[in-house]
Amino acid sequence: MTTEAPVKSPSTARFLSQLDMTAPPLEVRNLHVEFHTTSGEAHAVNGMNFVLSQGETRAILGESGSGKSVTAQAIMGILDSPPAKITHGEILYRGVDLLKLSDEDRRRVRANHIAMIFQDALSALNPVFTVGFQLGELFRKHRGMSRQASKAKAIELLDMVKIPAAKQRVNDFPHQFSGGMRQRVMIAMALALEPEILIADEPTTALDVTVQAQVMGLLSELQREHNMSLILITHDMGVVADVADSISVMYAGRVVEDAPVADIYARPAHPYTKALLESIPRVDLKGQELAVIKGLPPVLTNIPPGCAFHPRCRYAKDNCKVPPEPPHYDVDVNRVAACHYWREVIES
Amino acid sequence: MGRYVIRRVLQFIPTVLGTMFLLHYLTSLGIQLTGNPVRALFGDRTPTPAMMAALSERLNLNDPCLTQTGNPCIGLFGERLVNIAQWDFGISLTGQREVTDIIGAALPYTIRIALIGFVFEAFVGILAGVLAGLRSGGFLDYFVKISTTLIIAVPIFVLGIVIREFVAVKFGNQLRADPNFPEIISRGFLAAGYKPDYPWASLFIPGLVLGATSLAVTARLTRTSMVENVRADYVRTARAKGLMPRRITGVHTLRNSLIPVVTSLGVDLGVLMGGAVVTETIFNVPGIGRVAAQSARTGDASVVIGIVTLAALIFLVANLLVDILYAVLDPRIRYE
Ligand SMILES: Nc1ncnc2c1ncn2[C@@H]1O[C@H](COP(=O)(O)OP(=O)(O)OP(=O)(O)O)[C@@H](O)[C@H]1O
Ligand code: SF4
Ligand SMILES: [Mg+2]
Repeated sequence: MTTEAPVKSPSTARFLSQLDMTAPPLEVRNLHVEFHTTSGEAHAVNGMNFVLSQGETRAILGESGSGKSVTAQAIMGILDSPPAKITHGEILYRGVDLLKLSDEDRRRVRANHIAMIFQDALSALNPVFTVGFQLGELFRKHRGMSRQASKAKAIELLDMVKIPAAKQRVNDFPHQFSGGMRQRVMIAMALALEPEILIADEPTTALDVTVQAQVMGLLSELQREHNMSLILITHDMGVVADVADSISVMYAGRVVEDAPVADIYARPAHPYTKALLESIPRVDLKGQELAVIKGLPPVLTNIPPGCAFHPRCRYAKDNCKVPPEPPHYDVDVNRVAACHYWREVIES
Repeated sequence: MGRYVIRRVLQFIPTVLGTMFLLHYLTSLGIQLTGNPVRALFGDRTPTPAMMAALSERLNLNDPCLTQTGNPCIGLFGERLVNIAQWDFGISLTGQREVTDIIGAALPYTIRIALIGFVFEAFVGILAGVLAGLRSGGFLDYFVKISTTLIIAVPIFVLGIVIREFVAVKFGNQLRADPNFPEIISRGFLAAGYKPDYPWASLFIPGLVLGATSLAVTARLTRTSMVENVRADYVRTARAKGLMPRRITGVHTLRNSLIPVVTSLGVDLGVLMGGAVVTETIFNVPGIGRVAAQSARTGDASVVIGIVTLAALIFLVANLLVDILYAVLDPRIRYE
């Protein structure tokens, strides 16, 4: 794909000159996000940390409500604030802290440098505009292209995500596509301006199992072709095993284990990760009752002191129940776990 | 789109026939239960049977079915439909004029008031609703909430009379006392009643009063719709696309938020026609609302029925147009 030169303002030029291409594409440091609610401050993200390396696929895994989407939206800068508020932390894109940028520069980072795919493509696409309009809009607004040229681009993109008869379908509305096709349109939209980083928030959860594999396949194929770094948010351990390089396991808004994918599957170092793995249905254990993690995720306005997981943990001892929270212990050179008893867990 | 329009128009025909029949049946039933309306015209005097018969003949009230309670008078209904299609609503009982003449003379005033009210309600209502919805919980939002509640709570005749007395009469008279003040404002816009030399300006205040209630409803509906849509997933997508805030609101949010508002505005066209009865009476405007009120008072059933028929037709046509507009705005309906 050819790209016209973006319309550059002096401030954009300044921003581009600050980027350090030797720094990792993305690094999130000690991120805290709170929601102001009637029952108090909900601590949705509490010291989130991870590094996304060039070309890497990093899965972010965790139960519902663990703060995965909030983290993604914080990176994109599309949190609803109020009620959301980023209280601490840094989000470094090629070494530049996005949280310190002007609104205008921040806006230009979206879609141009970091793009996002949402879970439910039907509601994430605007129902009253054609997909051609919604794709073309990116080229018209970010690249200053004409209506005609941007339409040609839209068709090119639909072709890229393998939508048959792209020339005709470009004039269709989102509801005229099947679920899988709509998610392909979302993917096309995210890739339109060739971003360096793609965040996919549960891109296949809303789809049929058969379609899931196709969409995931397309996504990783395009990631390789465009040399993007990918953040893949999911609950699906199966998907993770197939495509991810490394995993950040989240619990109560914090990473509890961060490791290369093979290591985590072979020998989880955190009781929560272990429990998650045990809750995957396995063909060889057919007929046995599925293990579920007992207890409920914490209420975010009142997170337990010490290790947030202690009320549900079968390894918990007294020191787990009092502050400070367990630090990130180095399990290996490229592997951390936030559990005082990770040795015991990894060996059991 | 074409198929949708055709289907909708085909549905329109039985709706019109049904409405017309209902009106006809109620009228017939009224005559069957209370007797020949011609009698009322003679007041205390007792008409001779010959006079009664002659007048009834001219007014087409001699059909024997009108004496049989419950008879739907299908034959008369057919005649009436043909007449209406030929723009013939019969003759007024009192003045012996063609009802269409009476309506034709009064309609331009009502159309003007309704138009002023409609533009006011649509423009100000949507603007207020959008601004309130964008900053829900903010100052403007509370202002819109409180002021619209007040407007909705106050009956239109109270609002009309208060505005006539304080704005048009008291304040207007002060300005009119000043010879240097432009007449278009003092005698036109602030007129307390209709002034033939200011055919639009003097209908300004009545139009605003007429549109006030609907404006409040429109503002609230727009606000609710905006609040719902600013948090919609596709708006989040628009933000993730790095679009300018102005475009996100002006194109993506607004377009979706206006879909229900357009529907309600279309229905309001009919409501405005109905509201004209009160407003026109208060501001002494010779429109069909005032004519209907006067005719009802003198017992001139032909005129009242003619006006109600016309109002029903306008209402139905407005609804048809709204449905078509709805499909233009919402592709999900178009391709159903
Ligand atoms: N707009 C909001 N207002 C208030 N609280 C919110 C809002 N958005 C998210 N939260 C809170 O943040 C917490 C984390 O939400 P988040 O959407 O990140 O979870 P998640 O890990 O993505 O879960 P899921 O797997 O269900 O998508 C939730 O428990 C929720 O209470
Ligand atoms: S720190 Fe304690 S409570 Fe927390 S996971 Fe480890 S053992 Fe369980
Ligand atoms: Mg989520």
